[in-house]
Amino acid sequence: MTSNPPSSSLGREAWSRLRANRMAMISLFILIAIALISLLGPLIAPHSYEQQDLDRIFESPSKDHIFGTDNLGRDLFARTTYGGRISLSVGLLATLVSLLIGVTYGMISGYAGGKLDACMMRMVDVLYSLPFIIFVILLMVMFGRNFLLLFLAIGAVEWLTMARITRTQTLNLRRAEFVEAARALGFSDTRILFRHILPNLIGPIIVYATLTIPAVMLLEAVLSFLGLGVQAPMSSWGSLIKDGAEKMDAAPWLILFPGAFFCLTLFALNFLGDGLRDAFDPKSSKEP
Amino acid sequence: MKRLIFFRLLQAIPTMWVIATLTFFMTRFAPGGPFDAEKAIPEEIKIKMEAHFGLDRPLLEQYFIYLHNLLQGDLGPSFKYPEWEVSELIATAFPVSLTLGTFSFIIALIIGIPGGMIAALRQNTWMDYLPMSLSMIGVCLPTFVLGPLLIFALSNQLAIFPPLGWYRPSDWVLPSLTLGLFYGAYITRLTRAGMLEALQQDFIRTARAKGASSWRILTQHAARGGLLPVVTFLGPAFAGLISGSFVIESIFFIPGLGKFFVTAAFNRDYTMVLGTVLFYASLIITLNLVVDLLQAWLDPKSRQSR
Repeated sequence: MTSNPPSSSLGREAWSRLRANRMAMISLFILIAIALISLLGPLIAPHSYEQQDLDRIFESPSKDHIFGTDNLGRDLFARTTYGGRISLSVGLLATLVSLLIGVTYGMISGYAGGKLDACMMRMVDVLYSLPFIIFVILLMVMFGRNFLLLFLAIGAVEWLTMARITRTQTLNLRRAEFVEAARALGFSDTRILFRHILPNLIGPIIVYATLTIPAVMLLEAVLSFLGLGVQAPMSSWGSLIKDGAEKMDAAPWLILFPGAFFCLTLFALNFLGDGLRDAFDPKSSKEP
Repeated sequence: MKRLIFFRLLQAIPTMWVIATLTFFMTRFAPGGPFDAEKAIPEEIKIKMEAHFGLDRPLLEQYFIYLHNLLQGDLGPSFKYPEWEVSELIATAFPVSLTLGTFSFIIALIIGIPGGMIAALRQNTWMDYLPMSLSMIGVCLPTFVLGPLLIFALSNQLAIFPPLGWYRPSDWVLPSLTLGLFYGAYITRLTRAGMLEALQQDFIRTARAKGASSWRILTQHAARGGLLPVVTFLGPAFAGLISGSFVIESIFFIPGLGKFFVTAAFNRDYTMVLGTVLFYASLIITLNLVVDLLQAWLDPKSRQSR
């Protein structure tokens, strides 16, 4: 392994490569737009997400309700954007939880090496074979639909792959010259891990995090769809899609708008993740 | 190979024990009990019911009784439907889920493997871009969006297939298609990536130089290595099929095991929840083992590293 350039210039190089990737840039733009709409939507919408109007149920999109209304006369635009806040924040927070656990675990395992490493990775293997989705469902059913519990549970499921990726990278970096130099200078292991190894892991971590967010959002939506996630009158894209699917015949727009937002977000995140991978690791895509 | 099987089975025992223990205490520490839901039950009867199922004993004692019965293969009676054994309930519901899963899997493979192979062979032509764009849409269109859309189009509008239920074979089409298309999209992408890598190998160039037809190269030489990523994905895919079946069964009102499990958890049907979790776990462990064996058979390198 050759010595890596400092992380700031690696980041700048990756950014310029990413900017050349048209699909990734469009995805980034879409994501920013969706995030802004979700953030501002509930503020600028003329109706609140929980305000019922039983005289105006199942109204198709109009000037007043641009996305129409649902079975209780609630404004779908406000509900969709509010749901976007929930879905996006669950995606981000749960990914953060899984990153914290996964990166720490993987770094320790890879840096320690030897028996400890073998033991820690064996545990990951065993955990991989557990039916986690079942435990998450069980947890949500049994202990109520607690928002904190929701993303803790999801984050706890998703850290395994992150730990594996980090561990492999750390294992390679451990033998790099600059790490040996740092060790020769008598720096503590903690300092080496956080000041010398972690900055070099940023690339793969960002790439994988971008791909974890859609996976997490999908899991949240599945839970909400089963009625185990966010509870009314609050909304998330998953719960809105569930409601929309039930009333599809009477009001197809109820599934159309939240479904489109959700799918578009997943689409953009996946494309951006692919673009980031190419940007941080040009080798992987340059092959004929 | 035999060593691998032996050690995996040995490892499965503590794994199953951990799962049983975790699930047991998780269900018991959760608020509510199996006989709370029905408000009509008088207090004395509730106490009697709890005594009948041994719920009045200390928790640890219940735990050891459960483990003892489990070792003899006895999952106990369902709390919600006391006339049924848990194993009987699983035996009724699982074949439904299995049928759904099998058909979805066949659909996924039929779509995914040829699609990915064509895309890899004709890289950077429309025959590559078309399946790749379609599969990207497929990956981003979750089952709970695709399912209702299919119902809307093929059932409500065109009236080709029935929208829900699980009585006749025609009922199987929409659910299997919903689940199968999603995984088909994934497998297309994996096949393409794997085949592209395999097609660059030296032995492919040799075969090409010897004048082998591209069909022969594809099926005889490249497929074995190129399908490795797909085989690796089969393990997670199966776990995904299980969680997917929760959603599919709830969309299409299918009386499969996924629906039973969620209902049992809501009802605090302790034995049913435990039985289902253990059943799923043993299924996943077995399938992971099968996947690993397949992988070892396809890829001699992974045999040595184990």
